[in-house]
Amino acid sequence: MKGERENLNIVVVGHVDHGKSTLIGRLLYDTDSLPAGAIEKVKKISAEKGKSFEYAYLLDAFEEEQKQGITIDITMIQFFTKKRDYVIIDAPGHKEFLKNMISGAASAEAAFLLIDAKEGIQEQSKRHGYILSLLGIKKVYVLVNKMDLVDYSEERFNEIQEQFNEFLNNLNVYPEKYIPISAFNGQNITSKPSEMPWYKGDYVLECMDKIEKAKGIEEKPLRFPIQDVYKFDDRRIISGRIESGSLKAGDEIVIYPSGKTTRVKSIEAWQNKDKVDVISAGMSVGITVEDEFFNKRGEVICHKDDHVATANIFNANVFWMGKNNLERGKKYKLKIATQEVECEVFSINKIIDAASLKTNTELNYIKKNDVAEVTIKTKTPICFDAFGNIQAMGRFVIIDNYDTAGGGIISNVDDVINRQVTNIKSKNITIRKRLVSRKDREEVLGQKGKVVWFTGLPGCGKNEIAVKLEKKLFDIGKKVYYIDSANVRFGLSSDLAFSPKDSYEQTRRISEVANLFADSGTITIVTSVSRFREAREYARNVIGKENYAEVLVEASNEICKKRNPNAFSEDCDSVMDYEKSEYPVIALNINDAEFNSDKKAEAIIDLLDL
Amino acid sequence: MDHLDRLEAESIYILREAYKHFGKLGMLWSVGKDSTVMLWLAEKAFFGNCPFPLIHVDTTFKIPEMIQFRDKVAKDYNLNLIVNTNWKALEEGMGPEKGRLVCCKALKTDGLQEVVSKYEFEGLIVGVRRDEEGSRSKERVFSERNAESEWDYTDQPPELWDQFKTDFKKGNHIRIHPLLGWREIDIWEYVKRENIPVVDLYFAKNGKRYRSLGCAPCTNPIDSTASNVDEIIEELKNTKETERSGRAQDQEDAHALEKLRKYGYM
Repeated sequence: MKGERENLNIVVVGHVDHGKSTLIGRLLYDTDSLPAGAIEKVKKISAEKGKSFEYAYLLDAFEEEQKQGITIDITMIQFFTKKRDYVIIDAPGHKEFLKNMISGAASAEAAFLLIDAKEGIQEQSKRHGYILSLLGIKKVYVLVNKMDLVDYSEERFNEIQEQFNEFLNNLNVYPEKYIPISAFNGQNITSKPSEMPWYKGDYVLECMDKIEKAKGIEEKPLRFPIQDVYKFDDRRIISGRIESGSLKAGDEIVIYPSGKTTRVKSIEAWQNKDKVDVISAGMSVGITVEDEFFNKRGEVICHKDDHVATANIFNANVFWMGKNNLERGKKYKLKIATQEVECEVFSINKIIDAASLKTNTELNYIKKNDVAEVTIKTKTPICFDAFGNIQAMGRFVIIDNYDTAGGGIISNVDDVINRQVTNIKSKNITIRKRLVSRKDREEVLGQKGKVVWFTGLPGCGKNEIAVKLEKKLFDIGKKVYYIDSANVRFGLSSDLAFSPKDSYEQTRRISEVANLFADSGTITIVTSVSRFREAREYARNVIGKENYAEVLVEASNEICKKRNPNAFSEDCDSVMDYEKSEYPVIALNINDAEFNSDKKAEAIIDLLDL
Repeated sequence: MDHLDRLEAESIYILREAYKHFGKLGMLWSVGKDSTVMLWLAEKAFFGNCPFPLIHVDTTFKIPEMIQFRDKVAKDYNLNLIVNTNWKALEEGMGPEKGRLVCCKALKTDGLQEVVSKYEFEGLIVGVRRDEEGSRSKERVFSERNAESEWDYTDQPPELWDQFKTDFKKGNHIRIHPLLGWREIDIWEYVKRENIPVVDLYFAKNGKRYRSLGCAPCTNPIDSTASNVDEIIEELKNTKETERSGRAQDQEDAHALEKLRKYGYM
């Protein structure tokens, strides 16, 4: 069936007047892909304007484009070879229309970058090269055009190749191939070049057909951003497009950022003929789930083992196309997958002039056409992945006024502070790059860093169990550390007493310290009365739900008093009140002041699979 | 996923984005093959519950079979259909003899503008395709129009990674183009695969068929023997004639449709 044919999008970029539209016109002409009347129409228009036949007019449909002889906006042309279907995207080369070039290039899988052999490498050649790398387009072909103007000189071709490689390799861009062509004369486009016998490589059309499509997005971890939730009838349908991975009825799923877990009940379709068992990347689908808690647009459905990062502060590369500068500290709207959130540029770490690759030191705003490394802070946490891993979850746009004014790529999630960051008093800080990640440390240690948080009233037995737990884990070779909150009061918290305000602050400090230990890959045991629900929720948020295990040690007031009479001499009336958590925790019941703490410690090792 | 699956998934994604973002949303239904496919996609996107009204701008010059087909489909699928005609212009004697572009502007563009103003639509879903004609090949998926429906194609904002334009000044509206990436042959292959009803005028009778539908005085059938969907697909594989070659208004001058569209034509 014809429908199984492959489809590939190629963008054509380069400096203004280096021959992009001419190349495409030539490709269409030589492969007999033009509709009847097109040639006559262009002949007529060319004659009306007193020009010789212009292949570029085949594409530059707008009257204004033809008047000025430049492409203003992108044009998408469909075209096919024996092998597959193509969409060729003609992107404007004029600096003024950079935003249109980026629009065109953003949907491409491969790129032709044209350089005029006579004029050589120009500003936009460099800027486009850089932007292609930012957009994650790895299959870049450099076409050295207008070879007829340099007498088809191999020397000139090699010279350009050398110069441009030097520039691109600095950006970690390695073009697939350099191809010498003359689009106007049809040299090396759809056949071997008669004028360049020295060239032994493939001609343009051969190269196109040899481009291999990126595969395997279905095999990546599941990312299903919720687009909308419908209730047209008795079904509550969660709809959206699967961006990576696949899903089937019965699968256990986790919905981020909330972390709620449920199962897929059914996969829905309008007509029975469209009902399928497995849905995968690229499909626009609808599902129902077993537990119908409130879901909304922007949440991301994942499988349990390999999920998205969630944070409200992260590093990104942005390119700015707005009329107004992108200002540090100003509020903008950020859109990533189906999420929309208020954001600000928290710090600008480096601004790069995309043509000279010089670094700018003015770090308070980003001008139109600039590319910058920034730290972005969002009002609420968002879900994302590294762009190199799952593109759709690692790229975002920034809206200024009413328009998309910037695009961004999240290149790395290893350095992400996986939590909601609030109340930062320091102004000039940024997330700095590290060379060793938590994952690296955990791999070397052969364990996952986590926090076992013992909570319960004074005297309930937390410390006794924790001490045993630390010893048992240590003896089986785990890297483990016990943070005793009572001990912390001798040092880090020597300024705190037992008032509710101080109790909150004590819990905050312990959670932060425990989080650092867990980040180092250590199994971290904490004992803390932490009687306030909100304080423990804070800890759970800082440490991250998947790394935090709460163990409530419960004992009657008599037992507590018997075990630790000193604790109750503190001058605090509500000392025996305890607010239970709303989420499930591990509860250990202590019925006897002389309980067996070894057994309790072993039970925890079993339950948490430590 | 094959080629048609990918087109279908993308169009459904676009329709759902439109529905999510625009409270007052309508879909133009010209009764032609493209917008009928679009209607089908909307039924799929919303699980058989197309949640917005369809709008038909009736110039009164349409080929009668189109109107019969329109009313039958509207009844069969229980559609919420708004029909609007620019009666004022007609009473003042508007017709193709006044000049084709003038007539298109009055009966189609202005006729549409009346509906947009009356219902205060924020979003209009339109079934144009990039491969139809040059100015349509420059369209964005979400494309802004000002209060007078004018299109500023010299300064379109970038459209990156399916992040469409959903923020705009009050009074302006957004044209949504879910079929932009479809080709004529894709439409027919999809009609075949999904068994979508289309008006009989597309099928050849006595050696002629309509390839593109419009008003009777300005639309000519082409020479063809393709009397069913399979034969149309076969014909399209072998033709070099453009799809709109039977549409007289396009031939008025080299940039006719670009000029019409700048002022709000679909």
